[in-house]
Amino acid sequence: MEEGKVVSQSVAASASAYAIIREKFGEAVSAFDANDTMPFFEVLDTSLWQEIALCMRDHAKLKFNYMACLSGVDYPAEEKLGIVCNIESLGVFNHKIAVKVKCSREGGSIPTVSCVWHTANWHEREAYDMYGMHFAGHPDLKRILCPEDWEGYPLRKDYKVQESYHGIKVPY
Amino acid sequence: MQELDIAGQGSVRVTRKSDNVVIIEKDLATEQMVLAMGPQHPSTHGVLKLECLTDGEVITEAVPYLGYLHRCFEKHCENVDYPGIVPYTDRMDYLAGMNSEMAFAIAVEKLLDVEIPRRVEFIRVIVSELNRIASHLVAIGTYGIDLGAFTPFLFCFRDREHILSLLEWASGARMLYNYIWIGGIANDVPADFNKRVMEFVHYFRPFATELFKLLTENEIFVKRTKGIGIMPADVAINYGWSGPMLRGSGVKWDLRRNDPYSIYPELDFDVPVPDGKFSDIGDCLSRHLVRALEMEESLRIIEQCIDKMPGSEGFNPRAGVPKRVRPKAGEVYGRAENPRGELGFYIQSDGKSTKPLRCKARSSCFVNLSAMKDLSKGQLIPDLVAIIGSIDIVLGEVDR
Repeated sequence: MEEGKVVSQSVAASASAYAIIREKFGEAVSAFDANDTMPFFEVLDTSLWQEIALCMRDHAKLKFNYMACLSGVDYPAEEKLGIVCNIESLGVFNHKIAVKVKCSREGGSIPTVSCVWHTANWHEREAYDMYGMHFAGHPDLKRILCPEDWEGYPLRKDYKVQESYHGIKVPY
Repeated sequence: MQELDIAGQGSVRVTRKSDNVVIIEKDLATEQMVLAMGPQHPSTHGVLKLECLTDGEVITEAVPYLGYLHRCFEKHCENVDYPGIVPYTDRMDYLAGMNSEMAFAIAVEKLLDVEIPRRVEFIRVIVSELNRIASHLVAIGTYGIDLGAFTPFLFCFRDREHILSLLEWASGARMLYNYIWIGGIANDVPADFNKRVMEFVHYFRPFATELFKLLTENEIFVKRTKGIGIMPADVAINYGWSGPMLRGSGVKWDLRRNDPYSIYPELDFDVPVPDGKFSDIGDCLSRHLVRALEMEESLRIIEQCIDKMPGSEGFNPRAGVPKRVRPKAGEVYGRAENPRGELGFYIQSDGKSTKPLRCKARSSCFVNLSAMKDLSKGQLIPDLVAIIGSIDIVLGEVDR
């Protein structure tokens, strides 16, 4: 029971943080999904993502100063790619929230937030490496884990591995 | 001052200081040199390549190149069921397999409705704290080697062997355990395990002091690490640092305290943070100091766990292990405090499949290493070795 109480408290904290963002950006962000495993909202107007991120970091009542994780995700049903960012306020308010940003599957682009949280720099490179979405304004957008001349984006659901790489047979 | 221009040598200045001392200064053209450190270099602790742009002995930029150990962890995850992922997590941070398994189990269990037996929680904490000590021993020992102190390494590995034998006794493997399962553990610990662990705790405690004399307070070691690679707290947070790296910068942040999981809220332990008397806050020495002090705290945790642990009567370690792990639809970000920082798993489940739709590992060293560019700017090449060592990277986790 104690556990349940703690969970709902942390969801309430992220809900009140969301309310501030909603007030400021209105329709640019989606409604708040208050599930107890990972409460999140989605940025609907992708072009405002950088501004929202900056506001989240610097607003006196938000202070989301720590980006824990940024994961690329493929949504084949919606024909979209996206990122999920787990952001929290470390040592200031101790609230956390997840933010989703989506872009189209072919030639999609998401504004970078590596200038807001340095953590995003390598994570965005990884998302680009694995899913192939573009991060507009990223200072050094190139593959990070795969070789630079690798073909295709391995974590897309429809990925087909290349037949050979520098004369080496790839699938086995 | 007399200025001469000798053809081919550029400008030469000759200053007569006294009758028999003459200073000759030449304007020599310097140029930047690219120095590749790694992929095979002992100080990179694995296969990491650092491309250093150097101006003489000074590094102007060091760019890390990763991926040499990329084994497609996330791609594999989408093709095996949840319990099948556990052995893969061992192979990510192979120095702290128990901790990685625990982080993954915590993440999946958030999406499952399972009740974890209390004894399981205690065993989990004991083995992961033992593993934390073993991992810190490697970190400290190899850090000594990086800086030219060979003896501490032998001492550290001698005692690590003790821990590995204990964990082998419990799980059957020395490093890649597959012991902490989703919903439980593989099997109960052997009958005399607690006794032997207590023997180890009593044996190991004096070593912490010995280590201080041997390495931490060693004059040469302090000279090589104090004031090197300073990271201010706010920049460290912005870079997403966690674990001993973040605490080395003076931020008292430990997931076992600040985002408690398992039975940690019931346990009494300190979160060591450097006070700035012995080291400069945020330098390599602080990070080393945090690791050295943390081992003592882990011993305290183990002692308390053994005291409070429920007996094994009627205990089934697999009571909570589901026959088929099929989490409810949804997403979760679960994390735990690893020896190297925050290890998190972002898992997406559709509620029907026994395989995750997406499983992303947030590796602590990957994030810690990303600050390399900032840390290395303006440092000397030998200090770069001290900085990489203080980050304590495990390339298996960086590249996944």
